[in-house]
Amino acid sequence: MAALLARAACCLDEDVEPTRIAKWPALRQLTGRDRLGRGAAVRSPHTEAASPRTASAERVVASICPYCAVGCGQKVYVSAVNGKDTVTQIEGDPDSPVSRGRLCPKGAASKQLVTTPARQAKVLYRRPFGRAWEPLSLDAAMDMIADRVVAARAQTWQDERDGTAVRRTTGIASLGGATLDNEENYLMKKLWTALGAIQIENQARI
Amino acid sequence: MAECHPVAFQWVVEAKRRGATIVHVDPRFTRTSALANIHVPSRVGGDIVLLGALVNYVLSGGHEFREYVTAYTNAADILPADYQDAEDSDGLFSGYDPVTRTYDNSSWKPTGERDLTLTHPRCVFQVLKRHFARYDAELVQRVCGISEADFTRLAGILVRASGREHTTAWVYAVGWTQHTTGVQHIRTAAILQLLLGNMGRPGGGIMALRGHASIQGCTDIPTLFDLLPGYLPMPRAEDETLDGYLTRLPDTGFWGNKRAYLVSLLKAWFGAAATAENEYLFPLLPRLTGDHGTYRTVLNMIEGGVKGYFLWGQNPAVGSAGSRLQRLALAKLDWLVVRDLAVIESATFWQDSPEIATGELATEQIGTEVFFLPAASHVEKGGTFTNTQRMLQWHHKALDPPGDARSDLWFAYHLGKRIRARVAESDAERDRLLRSLTWDYPESGDEAEPDAEAVLQEINGSGPDGKLLNGFGELKPDGSTRCGCWIYSGCYAGGVNQTARRKPQSEQSWVAPEWGWAWPANRRMLYNRASADPQGKPWSERKRYVWWNEQNGEWTGHDVPDFEKTKSPDYIPPDGAVGPAALAGTDPFIMQRDGRGALFVWTGLKDGPLPTHYESAESPVVNDVYKQDTSPASVLYPRDAATSEQLAGHAATYPYIFTTYRLTEHHTAGGMSRTLSRLSELQPELFCEVSPQLAAERGLENGGWATIISARAAIEARVLVTRRLRPLRLADGAVVHQVGLPYHWGSEGLVTGDVVNDLLPFALDPNVLIQESKVATCDVRAGRRPRGPALIELVDSYRHQAGLEPLDSWTASTQEGS
Repeated sequence: MAALLARAACCLDEDVEPTRIAKWPALRQLTGRDRLGRGAAVRSPHTEAASPRTASAERVVASICPYCAVGCGQKVYVSAVNGKDTVTQIEGDPDSPVSRGRLCPKGAASKQLVTTPARQAKVLYRRPFGRAWEPLSLDAAMDMIADRVVAARAQTWQDERDGTAVRRTTGIASLGGATLDNEENYLMKKLWTALGAIQIENQARI
Repeated sequence: MAECHPVAFQWVVEAKRRGATIVHVDPRFTRTSALANIHVPSRVGGDIVLLGALVNYVLSGGHEFREYVTAYTNAADILPADYQDAEDSDGLFSGYDPVTRTYDNSSWKPTGERDLTLTHPRCVFQVLKRHFARYDAELVQRVCGISEADFTRLAGILVRASGREHTTAWVYAVGWTQHTTGVQHIRTAAILQLLLGNMGRPGGGIMALRGHASIQGCTDIPTLFDLLPGYLPMPRAEDETLDGYLTRLPDTGFWGNKRAYLVSLLKAWFGAAATAENEYLFPLLPRLTGDHGTYRTVLNMIEGGVKGYFLWGQNPAVGSAGSRLQRLALAKLDWLVVRDLAVIESATFWQDSPEIATGELATEQIGTEVFFLPAASHVEKGGTFTNTQRMLQWHHKALDPPGDARSDLWFAYHLGKRIRARVAESDAERDRLLRSLTWDYPESGDEAEPDAEAVLQEINGSGPDGKLLNGFGELKPDGSTRCGCWIYSGCYAGGVNQTARRKPQSEQSWVAPEWGWAWPANRRMLYNRASADPQGKPWSERKRYVWWNEQNGEWTGHDVPDFEKTKSPDYIPPDGAVGPAALAGTDPFIMQRDGRGALFVWTGLKDGPLPTHYESAESPVVNDVYKQDTSPASVLYPRDAATSEQLAGHAATYPYIFTTYRLTEHHTAGGMSRTLSRLSELQPELFCEVSPQLAAERGLENGGWATIISARAAIEARVLVTRRLRPLRLADGAVVHQVGLPYHWGSEGLVTGDVVNDLLPFALDPNVLIQESKVATCDVRAGRRPRGPALIELVDSYRHQAGLEPLDSWTASTQEGS
């Protein structure tokens, strides 16, 4: 087969530069050493000129995979794209004694978790009985939420229950995911407890 | 493990290469089974029978690690004469009240006498023997569908791989906890591991494979109703004073320092306002009066008792059991705040929930005001995750979040600031805690992001001079120290963020103590004193880990010893000693009040001191072991025949078991995976796994559609006919079919599908109020489900056949569920 192809190459139009034919990947794969086409045979000027995104990153930041609780090490590669900081790649961290550089399909896809167009970057508001989302500024949303917490707490406050002091509200509830940072959970628990809100829950019970 | 924690599974593969035998017990044959030495398929819900039979195998064959058991467990404790075992009264222990479905544990408390020969008929060792005596290979076959040959092989492997020279590890996915008997599953594994001497030793232990980046952290610093940071309980109404509250925790062992932990927490939260005179403001903390868990709260929402609800990266409309009730609850709120990366089903229930299609809800009639606030991703903020090994790892901020997206730290902090500003002038007593709160963290950038390291420093704790503490040993009960979570104290030891340490694994020991920081005190293995014998010498050279250095008079080893450093093995506590001093030099389980591993648990459990097999809340078979069919203490809402009694009597209506699970390419309710094109392309569609036999029985075609119907909902899924699931032969030749259902889909995202969790009941473990989501019953029929109101008619036709009320009256009856 290889001999046949070599003869075919000789019979080709003489206008075609012989070196170009010799560079034809399939021919190199069949006549060269890289019969499986996993190395030299499939390299082209384009591949020679290419370099990994990670090589040109402006900075590399150490992180931890946000999916399961194994806690694999991640390296986050950031570059300015159109003048804006952008995550260009997330890879496993070979230094991690947990993961030794490996990531599963979710961890390996986590760059998309950050860059996906499905991410919502603006506050959305749905008024009671409304049929559609409406825009709202973050600042207004924060004030409206703070007002509602204060009002709901005042309306549902219990000083006592069955003659015993309870000093709480059951009018407000909270349910958190378990990708929250410890620092975030800490501030939440601290604030909720000071507010007297007790129905404070997390995926950890689910 | 290979499916859902593939990167951790590399260590199992490596252990196998080094000669370990890997056994995989799972109803499904998965990629874990493919790499294991043996796969043992079993019926979900039968685990206590399997584990109990292993306990019996160990005890009846004399395979226990006798020295370890005698010295390190409560096997020698003698129980009172009025203690009655489940064996004595057909599945119930003494002290049971059938009206309240609770136990009075006064007859379970050991007398204080001990018999180190372990022969006294009322000693824990003998009670344990009798309790599990009927759990044998034949029972395992009858209940779990595991052949006697498979069981005997498994038991043989276990005892050969345990003892002085060898250790066995049990690894479970947290599905083990998602049963009405979840806590007792782990308990049975703990009994087995203590009997075999596999706790506190390298290669031993019971490992939970948790499924979320910081689910361990979410319990350590809990956003859970019943806990304060560091596993201090939330105060109850009866805890009127700080002193009274503290009596609920042990006086001996490391809980003996409880006052230092609690007072330091209150000082961290309320600063100068917390004084000895005002009991550090403890009396003002909110009080619990029972169950305020997430499922109870959802029912309260349906009743109209909850005005506002916050969801932080959580999607109950898809991810919680009984998702239909979750969505009906969202529709009853005054207002809802959803914080997430993308718009999820819990934010859009008013637009496109399945109940809109069935006509149960109408958009223009839903009064819930909804705020969607975009969240920052893990690379857009600094902070720590606590992984499943209790290790805190700092993730650094790489760039700013887009647009209005903010960290949850930012949201909690700035919401708190705005609320505090609104009560700044208030002199109402109820605002006193809010006004006293220490709430002033450094801010940076245009967004005024609070400094996460400052928060971690508060968690770590500081002394009277403001200097950061080096560990919880420095905490004081007199109000002179502040610490936000005592078990995390030391994460900033030496003023250095220990959680951010990243010394390459190639440059440190195999224990890798210089990568991140593990609580407590950077110990990588808990209770590691048990890796040495009572005299302090390693049980074996191969399994050397922590030992007593006689010359230096201290404990030393590969890890930080989980023991007072200079407490000699021959230390005997004086009478009346409290705190750690009350434990002997041979008591390794230092968080226990007696320092010993608990084979028998007399306090703290609501469903019995020893694990006992009960059928799941829904099961196609009746209990083969006891007259008591289901857990006598499980928590069920509503008290409806569909959930409060198993459906064995209706086996013809819902004849099959279904179990839910995750896929490698998706994450929980899909909010972090169905929005990614790569993951969506890899697993685009909901499917149900059925055996060829079940497919033949129900006329299901591979690649075709099936409708799965439970007492609560009907959903449709593509059919995957596979020999990975096989029918199991139980008692008297009965055959049980199990259906596998991954549960990642909903109506939002790039790939959509029906919500599997709609099928599940609200049936909870009584100890931790976690739902039974790994086993329930269903029917399966070929073809797609009906659309519109016809879907409810289908569910109701099954309910009618089973003698249950129609679905709408069932929903209404949730209001009686308290």
